[in-house]
Amino acid sequence: MEKITTDICIIGAGPVGLFAVFEAGLLKMRCHLIDVLPQVGGQLSEIYPHKPIYDIPGYPDVTAQQLVDNLMLQIAPFHPTFSLGERVENLQRNDDGSYDIITNDGTTVHCQVVVIAGGLGCFEPRKPEIDRLTDFEGKGVAYMVKNPEHFRDKKVVLAGGGDSALDWAIFLSNVAERVTLVHRGDTFRGAPDSAEKVFELAREGKIDLILKSNVVALTGDDCLREITLLDRDQQVSHIEADHLIPLFGLSPKLGRIADWGLNIDRSAIAVNTVDYSTNIERIYAIGDINTYPGKLKLILCGFHESALMAQSAFKYVYPEQKLSFKYTTVYGVSAF
Amino acid sequence: MINLTIIDRDGGSRPVEIPEGINLSLMEVLKASEYDILATCGGMALCATCHVQVIEGPEEYFTATDTELDVLDTLPYAPPASRLACQIRISEDMDGMVFKLVGEE
Repeated sequence: MEKITTDICIIGAGPVGLFAVFEAGLLKMRCHLIDVLPQVGGQLSEIYPHKPIYDIPGYPDVTAQQLVDNLMLQIAPFHPTFSLGERVENLQRNDDGSYDIITNDGTTVHCQVVVIAGGLGCFEPRKPEIDRLTDFEGKGVAYMVKNPEHFRDKKVVLAGGGDSALDWAIFLSNVAERVTLVHRGDTFRGAPDSAEKVFELAREGKIDLILKSNVVALTGDDCLREITLLDRDQQVSHIEADHLIPLFGLSPKLGRIADWGLNIDRSAIAVNTVDYSTNIERIYAIGDINTYPGKLKLILCGFHESALMAQSAFKYVYPEQKLSFKYTTVYGVSAF
Repeated sequence: MINLTIIDRDGGSRPVEIPEGINLSLMEVLKASEYDILATCGGMALCATCHVQVIEGPEEYFTATDTELDVLDTLPYAPPASRLACQIRISEDMDGMVFKLVGEE
């Protein structure tokens, strides 16, 4: 149960959240960032690290990952701290106006200002339509493999046709009692080596490969017992299972932030364009997660928003001080 | 004008009129026509939120490209003739086509 005290807690460590550290740092405000992904960079690192971006001022082209790496260099003087792989769960307002943000791992971040730079939202596992799927979450159904040992000597069914389904089928074939891979199609478009390995393991009888089929229903009592499959010819079959791991990629959701009383307009947080503040005092929203008349979802717009946010947030962090605007060309960057 | 029919997730259908010569994808047209399409990745064929099914139209539109199949293959559900609207450039031979929205809201 880590307890962190900082000036600004930034939710989301994508490009805009990272640059907000720089703009806050120029005004001597410290930042802590929380991101559900295990690495910084948001969708740039998670979805398109190798794609070139052409509209970052001063860079005729830069790959998404290069931009993230450069941002990390740029904010290094301000020593931001991170809680990665953690999901923001609760927000508590204190009597003095400050906030405590609590993550799913129990980390508490005490801060004067909250900046939501959540981009597309929180990446959550895509859930297939399977009867009683959610009933068995934590009772046999998991959407990721956190600790492979958990599956030792168990009957595990993996569903999906992407790289992670292939990779885990291969890995778990040495751990679990039985691994069954269920795939809607009859070919795999993941890494050819992995696909070939899966077919080889199936030929050797080390995994059960069930193609052209979907998992449609789950049965059990206090935990998962059996999985119902439906194939393309509408034939139903059943297999015994202790675990089902559906691996259908990630899809972004607004998550718990939606319950904080913020003005939400079509999955985005409405802000005042004077300083990108939300309807709740001391909470700002910048980057792709906010909306206002004329909003463009561009990284460069998020950078601009972070600068204005920092100027406005200053009054909450240093209520006694007068803000004076300074150029980096005149004053440089003072690390702390 | 290029006339398309879009069948919504609830089964209702309505026409969409598109001027000829616009350089947009079907995803962009659907978004501009106020359809509930997230288009999370902005058109990079990565998120599948603009997933559509081709119901009627020229044969070449029924087959997804390799880029699309890479994504469609990871989805729990993809009916035949599944496409990603962001990878379909609006062109005049699309006049009269019918699409059904499949992607998550």
